[in-house]
Amino acid sequence: MAAITLEHVEKRYGDGYPAVNDVSLDIADGEFMILVGPSGCGKSTLLRMIVGLEDATDGEIRIAGRVVNDLPPRDRNLAMVFQNYALYPHLTVFENIAFPLRLRKLTGDEVRRRVEEAAAVLELTEHLDRKPGQLSGGQRQRVAMGRAIVREADAFLFDEPLSNLDAQLRGQMRTEIARLQQRLGVTTVYVTHDQVEAMTLGDRVAVLRKGVLQQVDTPRALYERPANLFVAGFIGSPAMNLIPATVDGRRIRLPFVDFELSEAVGDGGPAIAGLRPEHLEDAAVVDAGARERGVTFEVTVEVLEWLGAEQYAYIPYTAPPELVEPLDRLAEELDRESARTMLVASIDPASRLRRGEAARLWFDPANLYLFDARSGERLAPPNLEGHVPEHQDPPGR
Amino acid sequence: MKRAARIAGPVLIVVWTLVPLLWLLSLSLKGGDHIDDGRFWPAAPTLHNYRTVFRTDLFTSALRNSIGISLIATVLSVILATLAAYAIARLDFPGKKLMLSVALAIAMFPTISLVGPLFDIWRSVGLYDTWPGLVIPYLSFTLPLSIWTLSAFFREIPWEMEQAAQVDGATPWQAFRKVIVPLAAPGVFTAAILTFFFAWNDFVFGISLTSTGRARTVPAALAFFTGASQFEQPTAAIAAAAVVVTIPVVAIVLVFQRRIVAGLTSGAVKG
Repeated sequence: MAAITLEHVEKRYGDGYPAVNDVSLDIADGEFMILVGPSGCGKSTLLRMIVGLEDATDGEIRIAGRVVNDLPPRDRNLAMVFQNYALYPHLTVFENIAFPLRLRKLTGDEVRRRVEEAAAVLELTEHLDRKPGQLSGGQRQRVAMGRAIVREADAFLFDEPLSNLDAQLRGQMRTEIARLQQRLGVTTVYVTHDQVEAMTLGDRVAVLRKGVLQQVDTPRALYERPANLFVAGFIGSPAMNLIPATVDGRRIRLPFVDFELSEAVGDGGPAIAGLRPEHLEDAAVVDAGARERGVTFEVTVEVLEWLGAEQYAYIPYTAPPELVEPLDRLAEELDRESARTMLVASIDPASRLRRGEAARLWFDPANLYLFDARSGERLAPPNLEGHVPEHQDPPGR
Repeated sequence: MKRAARIAGPVLIVVWTLVPLLWLLSLSLKGGDHIDDGRFWPAAPTLHNYRTVFRTDLFTSALRNSIGISLIATVLSVILATLAAYAIARLDFPGKKLMLSVALAIAMFPTISLVGPLFDIWRSVGLYDTWPGLVIPYLSFTLPLSIWTLSAFFREIPWEMEQAAQVDGATPWQAFRKVIVPLAAPGVFTAAILTFFFAWNDFVFGISLTSTGRARTVPAALAFFTGASQFEQPTAAIAAAAVVVTIPVVAIVLVFQRRIVAGLTSGAVKG
């Protein structure tokens, strides 16, 4: 077990393209660290540099205080689970798990003892004599994990280990990985593009964008205090509504409502407002006191999705194209459908809103995020207190 | 009607391919006077011809040469081709495409065009009528094909295999030997069979680059066959010798075929 430290790590390819750009990250001993980001953000490259399958162009990688930049993978004592499991198809499950031990020339008894122990933990005992080809996806995943834990390695590295499994199995394996990590207490670095995995598994989550580290924090902090527009748009499901806005001192103009905050946040100009769907509510189901504190506005609901436990309302609005353009770019980067100018609200399932009818929606400006339109940095922390809701315009549509 | 055709077709092909072999077998079992008796099956089958060929020095030394030369050529070719193909499949180096196409061009070269020059060179460097004198041309003609076959197999093996092995603590050489070669086993066997057959069946080099029993291989030796006496047509003896050299080929195919099929079906990396 060991801490992993990255200092100004950089990876440039032959054409000078930086896949990983000046990343510094401290992973504590026993910590479960998630690397997350859209495809092509450099998270896998970073993982492969830690394990030694890629050379770092610059910077320093330390494992348990030892600089490992120039060590081949076999001398780093790390265990890795690959996306396609990379089991050896010509070996039985037993020999697959035993492979790293055989390379270390352990005695037959020791190998047998350790493999059987790992197999028992992973419920693979009755499959030990089978070949990987005869196993289901989840079982192969467990064999790959068995090969990792049998090593007693300093750290586990996972490269999108669940992306080849179907949704149900993915949930199950996710729990299993969490359980295993807690039980073994081994430092773990886990790469994923799935934010549910990121939020549920990680002690801390590192969000990467185009090779640059955006924010490293606990899942809760990422959700509540995203450092910038990218993190805000990436974390949370359904995704945060990003709305073109104009800031003029205390006054915020959204396409569908104007209101004032208690203190000034900008000097007038374009900004992007972020409002999570779960912070929007049908004004009719909000109690009167809260309604007074918040902002209400009138819109027309285009689509309603009622799912029993939750209900989603989709509300189109219009906004000047020059304000929407940066949002489209961001959506593209996040591998999303273009955001379009559509407000998503996760409203109380008890709400009786009707499709195509006028509705009053409510939100608490304390939950509103504001981002600089150009840099994407967060301007105003949410939880601004004592705003003054006044002057509610009719919906902008 | 359709069904009849479906059965008749294969039967026709099997008969077509088997008749010459059966005819060879039947000839080899006929006694000296029955060769031209006009019957397909021998009236009184005898192993006399086999005894004759195995008592002839010409044949036994040729058989020794054939086995030795073919095996050496096969082993060398497979080892060299495996290493070369791995490099081609995994490394990026300038001239890779050129190398592959040149290799293929060499494989397409008509063997006969090389025999003349080789004969002269071998005579002057002392390789004429020696084992290496045959092993070298066999290698140069079988290597390209082996490299092509094997590099195709190596390319099919995901990179993660070696990477997993390296993370598990293997040196690159261990990863190659313990993971990649076993996975490419079907390809290795295919290459081995192709090489062995080429060497085993070759006639042109065998007859042109040898002059005595030192290195003459069976296909070449058959041309020098005489009967038990000089007044006898050696047809039956040649047939017996031909059967003898066919048996290992058939046996090898049967053995390796099982390996190849086994190798192909045990694959599967992800679900």
